[in-house]
Amino acid sequence: MSRLQLRLVAIAAVLLVAAAPLFLDPFSVTLANYIGIYALVALGLVLITGVGGMVSFGQASFMGIAAYSTAWASALMDYSPWFGLLLALVLTGLVATILGAVTLRLQGHFLSLSTIAWGLAIYFLFGNVDGLGHFNGIPSIPPITIGSFALISSERIYYLIWAVLIAAMLLSHNLLNSREGRAMRALRGGDAMVESVGVNAFRIKLITFVISALLAALSGWLYAHMGRFVSPTPFDVTRGIEYLMMAMVGGSGYLLGAVVGAALITLLKDWVQDFLPLVAPNAAGQLEIVVFSALFILFLQYARDGIVPFVAKFLPQVRRERPRAVEPLPRRTQPEPGQTLLKVDNAKRAFGGLMAVNDVSFEVRSGEILGLIGPNGAGKSTMFNLITGALPATGGKVVFTSSDITNEPQRLIARAGVARTFQHVKLRPKMTLLDNVLLGTYARTQSGFFKGALGLDRAEEEQARHEAMMQLERVGLGDRPFELAGNLPLGNQRILEIARALAADPILLVLDEPAAGLRRQEKLALAKLLRSLRDDENLTILLVEHDMEFVMGLVNRIVVMEFGSKISEGEPSTVRNDARVQEAYLGGVA
Amino acid sequence: MPLLAIDNVSVSYGKAEAVRDVSLQVEKGQIVTVIGPNGAGKTSLLMAAIGLLRSTGRIIYDGRDISRLETEERIEMGFCLVPERRELFSDLSVYDNLRLGAYSRRAASGEIKDDIAQVFDRFPRLLERRNQMAGTLSGGERQMLALGRALMARPRLLMLDEPSLGLAPLITREIFRIIASLRDLGVSILLVEQNARAALETADFGYVMETGEIVHSGSADALMHDPRLIATYMGGSEVS
Amino acid sequence: MTPDIAAILALDGIATGAIYVLMALGFVLIFAVTRVVFVPFGDIAAFTALTLAALELGRLPGTVGLVIGLAVLATLMELYSILRAGSYERIPRALLFYLVLPVAIAGLVWITSGTLWPMPFRIALALLLILPVAPLLDRIVYRPIADASVLLLLTVSVALHFALVGLGLLFFGPDGARTESLTDAMFMLGNIPISGQTILIVVAAAIFCGLLYLFFDFTLLGKALHATALNRTGARLMGIRPERSGTIAYLAGSVLAGVSGILIAPVNTIFYDSGFLLGLKAFVGAIIGGLISFPVTAIGSIFVGLLESFASFQSSAFKEVIVFSVLIPVLLWRSYTFQHTEEDMDE
Repeated sequence: MSRLQLRLVAIAAVLLVAAAPLFLDPFSVTLANYIGIYALVALGLVLITGVGGMVSFGQASFMGIAAYSTAWASALMDYSPWFGLLLALVLTGLVATILGAVTLRLQGHFLSLSTIAWGLAIYFLFGNVDGLGHFNGIPSIPPITIGSFALISSERIYYLIWAVLIAAMLLSHNLLNSREGRAMRALRGGDAMVESVGVNAFRIKLITFVISALLAALSGWLYAHMGRFVSPTPFDVTRGIEYLMMAMVGGSGYLLGAVVGAALITLLKDWVQDFLPLVAPNAAGQLEIVVFSALFILFLQYARDGIVPFVAKFLPQVRRERPRAVEPLPRRTQPEPGQTLLKVDNAKRAFGGLMAVNDVSFEVRSGEILGLIGPNGAGKSTMFNLITGALPATGGKVVFTSSDITNEPQRLIARAGVARTFQHVKLRPKMTLLDNVLLGTYARTQSGFFKGALGLDRAEEEQARHEAMMQLERVGLGDRPFELAGNLPLGNQRILEIARALAADPILLVLDEPAAGLRRQEKLALAKLLRSLRDDENLTILLVEHDMEFVMGLVNRIVVMEFGSKISEGEPSTVRNDARVQEAYLGGVA
Repeated sequence: MPLLAIDNVSVSYGKAEAVRDVSLQVEKGQIVTVIGPNGAGKTSLLMAAIGLLRSTGRIIYDGRDISRLETEERIEMGFCLVPERRELFSDLSVYDNLRLGAYSRRAASGEIKDDIAQVFDRFPRLLERRNQMAGTLSGGERQMLALGRALMARPRLLMLDEPSLGLAPLITREIFRIIASLRDLGVSILLVEQNARAALETADFGYVMETGEIVHSGSADALMHDPRLIATYMGGSEVS
Repeated sequence: MTPDIAAILALDGIATGAIYVLMALGFVLIFAVTRVVFVPFGDIAAFTALTLAALELGRLPGTVGLVIGLAVLATLMELYSILRAGSYERIPRALLFYLVLPVAIAGLVWITSGTLWPMPFRIALALLLILPVAPLLDRIVYRPIADASVLLLLTVSVALHFALVGLGLLFFGPDGARTESLTDAMFMLGNIPISGQTILIVVAAAIFCGLLYLFFDFTLLGKALHATALNRTGARLMGIRPERSGTIAYLAGSVLAGVSGILIAPVNTIFYDSGFLLGLKAFVGAIIGGLISFPVTAIGSIFVGLLESFASFQSSAFKEVIVFSVLIPVLLWRSYTFQHTEEDMDE
């Protein structure tokens, strides 16, 4: 299916939504309104949970903050509902920012549990704060008016609700395909990977969290002015899990999943409410929640992915065009060869009582390939983590291009021009090769959330795509840019990581066991690539490797570590003849 | 009758077949090795043999078809695996790790203590570290603990997945020396290795696996001198 | 606030806190072994209290129906998976544990429901009856997805909690209950009265903490449970069955939930849905312990009890708001003291 066809389908869907009230009965229109309102909350959950990997049970309370804000402003203070909207967004945004700032550093399940806790706290707040009607709620909320046109009836507010929803979906769609959106999608790969391409993972999480709260706030505002009444009940944790259920049943990784899930659950609920009293006239209320919970559990047990991805398997794929050749992204000037690029000065790192790195000093000179070797447990990986900022040093200094980067955050070191790969490959298996490499361009591009959502980033995006495509071609993976990274064999995944690192236009490339798991031919190709990076582009490379033949034939100099200390340094031939090295390391084989 | 016969075993992940119709045998008292490049399906084969991965085909151990048994039941029959990732209990002491190694035997504590003492005899380094948490051990020590823990089950057949992985050559040699000594103890061994030369030097018989299939087999000696294999598997990772 | 009032509040807080300790330890135990955040823990405590209350009134507790229903469902699921695997020799054992034992307990309570037993028997019966609930729920709900991520398991737990609340209303009705106090003894410490009930609660909590410690540090089974918690694959390769470790953890959790339900029943009026808040407050304690450390969990739970006690004196309307809000600074502190273990989220 081409892009044009896809657009036509989308336009047809919008027209269908617009025409719906003409042939639906009033009750169905009301149901559609609820679907739209719930889908907005679910859309927020798709972003935070499906895309960002953070499960929130507390979205209902964000909806509640907004609903109460606008109810207070319009019903009790007689302000316009539009002022209510402003207040709702500001207050919700503020609360979400504070809650997010506090809780988003937590690991997954702690974060989710905290959403239950503050969800409950906010719920009890609604019921107990004086002036908000306690558990009786706030009645007589005025309708939204546009000019003198009051949106009283279901058919009228229908258009506002669905216009808001469609706009929110379009903006989210743009955002996910932009620079910051890719960072959002990468969050599930773990902080270390995200930070290694210069992304401030915490900032992305926080903004995603606030966006999802604001979507819930929009929904709460619409809810308050549609029902014209608010009370605490619709905003408790039970509802929070209902929204989560909508997002997950629909397919929490997909924007459309929010609408599909909201529609399905709302209609199902309606049906169950009609049906259960026939089966169990006395216990219908209790059974409803039992039935829903049981259905949700069954769904989570057997069909976790949700409806949208299941249906999508049977639909034609959208054809994607290879990136066009455009003006490349600006590049750094590499330092003159032979200068001191990186200086590690008496670096120390202790784990408990164990000195993993003990007073190690060495230099990396621009334009060279330096190999760091040593037996397992010698502290090479720890040394790597100190250089790239993944671990704080216990003592000593690391200087890169004459600025002290000791204990700097990883992302700043990455932005300064250090790009790395990981011993245990960290890619996003469900993103395409191109998208994975595009992550590498993050620090070289600027477009923020607004530009991305509004689609004002296209020129820069074209450049970044072109750059990513060039890097894919350079490492030899250019033939299928839209393949999913998870489908590559492990060896090629390592190569893909190198392409991602190269897309950052680094000064220093730091490779952790790049040849592990490669076949002999692939190793030769890799060595050739690394050589050409050094010889043709003056790129400096630091690598840890176990494969001696690979190291000896490739590097200019070697640093040997054993038990946390440096035991030798020099050219390959010198190191090979060093007695201590032979004893500790090479002696066993040669 | 072989102690272990893997008979037409296949393993698939979704559409991709990681192991295709593999058959091999381990005779009592033998060390048999499966060599091959990364991604050949060696680990999947072992995981299927122990029952951690679902597979088709038959796995016959000591004359009995164990294909439908749970992993734990296979362990109780003296059929054990030291996996590639070692899977130690990082927050338990070395001693407790060893003690749990004998869990499947339900033996008296005196007998277990004797066995632990024997493991310490074999691996004096572990004795030095007996009260240390397993998570604080170095790579070589971890491999020794993984081996020692497996021996605590008094296995009759021990499968070792890449025991040299991530170890420096000196330690690798030490580990292979220990593996060879296990044979004298009466333990049969199925050894999966990327380090082809070291594996063949230790083994009696070898299989070569590539992209999910057995492509060669023969006595370890014959394989070691097979010029095609030398070119493919033994040229790569040696210094000299 | 006079010192006397403060002391009374503190005692009250410690008693409540001790109950939270028991529940929080249950959370930590189940989470460590199965990776399940067992949200319905509080519901089980509440169901125990309601069961005891029903026995006191000589009524048939709703738990009987619940246990029989769960047992039948679990048995059917177990039989289905056995038949599919073709390992018929496991059928007798499955029938014994999933059907015969739970139904026998339920039947015992059913048959004797007319007679009014003395208190210790009633308590024993209530505990016995609640014992199978968590292991059966484990079989029905969690076993099919044992390999899922912690987050998915948590989501399932929350859904399960809501299902149990609905079932609770169905089986126990909307009325609250408060049981007879376990002891009417009263002691004076200076001017401050200490009820025997308070002492009983604290002693019971201490005993169960001690038992748990002994179990984990001195028995092979305890080590096996710990091993399962640390590394499931590793445990399986030692012949330790993770499902069995899970069942033991759920059984121990049931005991802890049951005991805390029985201890709280004479102090608070318990409704079918009271469990959630109780459980979550205990959970705040468990989170203070990082869901790992038993001692810190105990201290954290006492802290939550004290906080609640003082908060309800200052402003009873905002008691819950205060208790749950305190989680936020706690989490903030936790997030900075955590050893960050990088764990990729599942796809």
